[in-house]
Amino acid sequence: MSNAAMQGTYLGEGSGLRAWLLTTDHKRVAWLYLVSLTAFFFLGGAMAVLMRIELATPAGDLVSDDVYNRLFSLHGIIMVWFFLVPSIPATMGNFLLPLMIGARDLAFPRLNLASWYVFIFGSLFALFAVAAGGVDTGWTFYTPLSTLYANGFVSTAAFGVFIVGFSTIMTGINFIVSVHTLRAPGLTWFRLPIFVWTLYATSLVMVLATPVLAASLILIVLERVFGIGIFNPDLGGDPLLFQHLFWFYSHPAVYIMILPGMGVVSEVLPCFSRRPLFGYKAVAMSSMAIAVFGFLVWGHHMFVSGQSAYAGVVFSFLSFCVAIPSAIKVFNWSLTLRKGEISFETPMLYALFFLALFTFGGLAGLFLAALAVDVHVHDTYFVIAHFHYIMVGGMVTAYMAGLHFWWPKLTGRMYSEIAGRIAATVTFVGFNLTFFPQYVLGFDGMPRRYHTYPPEFQFWNVLSSGGAVVLAIGYLMPLFYLGWSLFRGARAPDNPWNATGLEWQTSSPPPPHNFETMPIVTRPAYAYDMKGLEHERFSPHREEAAR
Amino acid sequence: MSFGVPFFPQEASSEAGHVDALFYTLLIFSAVLGLALTGLVVGYAVKYRVGSPADRTGQRSRNIWLETSWTIASLIIAFIFFGWGATLFVRRDHPPADALEITGLGKQWMWEFRQPGGQREINELHVPVGKPVVVSLASQDVIHSFYVPAFRIKQDAVPGRTTHIWFTATEPGRYHLFCAQYCGTQHSEMGGWVTVMAPEQYAAWLNSQGEGETLAASGEKLFRALGCSGCHGASSKVRAPSLDGIFGRPVALDNQQTVTADERYLRDSILNPKKEIAAGYEPVMPSFDGLIDEGELQMLLAYLKSLSPQPTAGAKP
Repeated sequence: MSNAAMQGTYLGEGSGLRAWLLTTDHKRVAWLYLVSLTAFFFLGGAMAVLMRIELATPAGDLVSDDVYNRLFSLHGIIMVWFFLVPSIPATMGNFLLPLMIGARDLAFPRLNLASWYVFIFGSLFALFAVAAGGVDTGWTFYTPLSTLYANGFVSTAAFGVFIVGFSTIMTGINFIVSVHTLRAPGLTWFRLPIFVWTLYATSLVMVLATPVLAASLILIVLERVFGIGIFNPDLGGDPLLFQHLFWFYSHPAVYIMILPGMGVVSEVLPCFSRRPLFGYKAVAMSSMAIAVFGFLVWGHHMFVSGQSAYAGVVFSFLSFCVAIPSAIKVFNWSLTLRKGEISFETPMLYALFFLALFTFGGLAGLFLAALAVDVHVHDTYFVIAHFHYIMVGGMVTAYMAGLHFWWPKLTGRMYSEIAGRIAATVTFVGFNLTFFPQYVLGFDGMPRRYHTYPPEFQFWNVLSSGGAVVLAIGYLMPLFYLGWSLFRGARAPDNPWNATGLEWQTSSPPPPHNFETMPIVTRPAYAYDMKGLEHERFSPHREEAAR
Repeated sequence: MSFGVPFFPQEASSEAGHVDALFYTLLIFSAVLGLALTGLVVGYAVKYRVGSPADRTGQRSRNIWLETSWTIASLIIAFIFFGWGATLFVRRDHPPADALEITGLGKQWMWEFRQPGGQREINELHVPVGKPVVVSLASQDVIHSFYVPAFRIKQDAVPGRTTHIWFTATEPGRYHLFCAQYCGTQHSEMGGWVTVMAPEQYAAWLNSQGEGETLAASGEKLFRALGCSGCHGASSKVRAPSLDGIFGRPVALDNQQTVTADERYLRDSILNPKKEIAAGYEPVMPSFDGLIDEGELQMLLAYLKSLSPQPTAGAKP
């Protein structure tokens, strides 16, 4: 890509390995993350496909039980910590946060690069654990299985996750400080794009929750290696203590994962509806409410664990409370479309699919928060379906929406619009075919993490496995047409979607220091209803429609 | 491949219908709300597609009245579902007093049950229809979870403590018993069947299994064999607290506190006797940690409970 057209942009600042690996430019660090996370996404995805093929028949005939257990453990560990947690913040967040607030870079550019190296260092431990023989504890590392009975490379994997946690904390601190100190003149808090609000909320959770995960993983390693009795009841420990510590991090962690996705969708929906985001303040505040309430609901993972019934009642109540801000967001996104001028370019398709999948995933959350129903569906495929509707249907779909929305800004190139729309639709169909049957399986009582299962569950499992193949195609397609666009795509204009937001006011791709002149903000976010934005957008679709 | 396509799981316990009533209400609510929102979005997408002639006057990007009302409506609906679920849930803590007591022990990778008469079963559990049953669960190694989908019940078996689950089976038949908590290599093989029988068939089945020693009787033998009776017995020279009627009684400790002698206390006192010392006694009892396994501990607990005149069925730890 180092041709003449890239001169003067951040991509023209040297193309050698050294220029990339020693960069402190947030836009280049974002690319380092993007490449690493894409590799992890497909590694974790391949494991999921193998699992689904195994589950096409009730017997355990493709892989052995030990291999199957390692597949779902590593799928979880890789997808949660090496893809979902860093996904949007470390890639699009890194690239866009300074652009969106009108800054030249993040507050601590070198810390930003360091966070990537820490991430890679930690991921080497995880990859070593995969290559050396795997881990069979599940991504949840429940004790005493993980401390006393599991024979895989538990300490190695746990240590890898522990290290990656520091990278998360570094990113979080960087974002918080940047939002507080580097906003352009006139960019008040309530003029910030919702994407910035959600990155801010997610960063707070990262900084406050990740240390607890670090502590609990270290306690596992201490008990495993040195035999210190923390969770082992024979030494006076308590196995449930681990679950409390683990979920005190891991429940907020699902909000770390989903909040930035909510932010992306809050950018895309207004842009392609040509309308301001409905209820901007409520959406911004509900992000903060989710971040705060997210810390108070961890016990809903433990309703049948032996924790006191009254603790269960309190956690159920708080879990219903955290549903409210999510519901508010869904209503606001839906109303944003009203009386708009809606067009359906690829990012918009992904955002609309997000809206549907997030809604049906979120509604399933009500079932799980309702105590008596959770007793039945806890640890079944119902939970798997709910989690994947939010994390894959919600988060990964939002990630794809964001990637397609900002791809012209990231690369200075356009991709094939037709290919993008097909991929989005294939993903949506494949996703529902994969995960909707799992709701039924869960209600019918099929437990999760089962290598073999009774034959009456086969019908829904076959549907789900077939869906996984379609879903895999949906995710592989962008790899090709985005890869193609990187080298052969049409040149992107500075603002192909005719969007508001400071990131669109600089060139595509941006210059090394983002803005030639310091931007001054005079408007609220999403001022799509104000004058001065009428000029035509790049989209060929829009031109056809206008004829 | 099974062509019977199950959607509605069997209901075979007294609680199943109640749980399903809530489940199906949630299902209808979710379907209505989810489809209404989808319809709204699709409707807007069609009506306000770019270039459509739809009327776009009166655009608004905020509406305090609307936003407040959907927030309040969401809260009210959430609290209704919360209350409904919680009301059913707290019943788990209150098994009927006349319940049949069965002990269940989870170990990698099997379930072992003891009927009140001492009959042992592996990966099978026979219960009479219409009679409440309490299963006291313990684990020999890692966390397991006792799960019978047709009964809509689930409870983890946690090493180092006793947990309880109760149910009243309502339909004779054979139902899946699963381990729902991932427990290692053969997790998916850990399970079997719960057989619900008419009371007379259940009685006949118990007889066919032979008399078997009750758990409490095994516990009593163990109590002597381990030398517990040497100190805790009536004619002992060493001063140790008498254990007659101990279960469920308050015990004064040497640190001015008083605890109830529940399963948790008795278990700790056997495995870690220095932890809570009864007031007025020397802390001379040795720990039996590592000397007895979880199954033997269940026997001792059953024996100690049998020393109380009216054992409280399934008292919570």
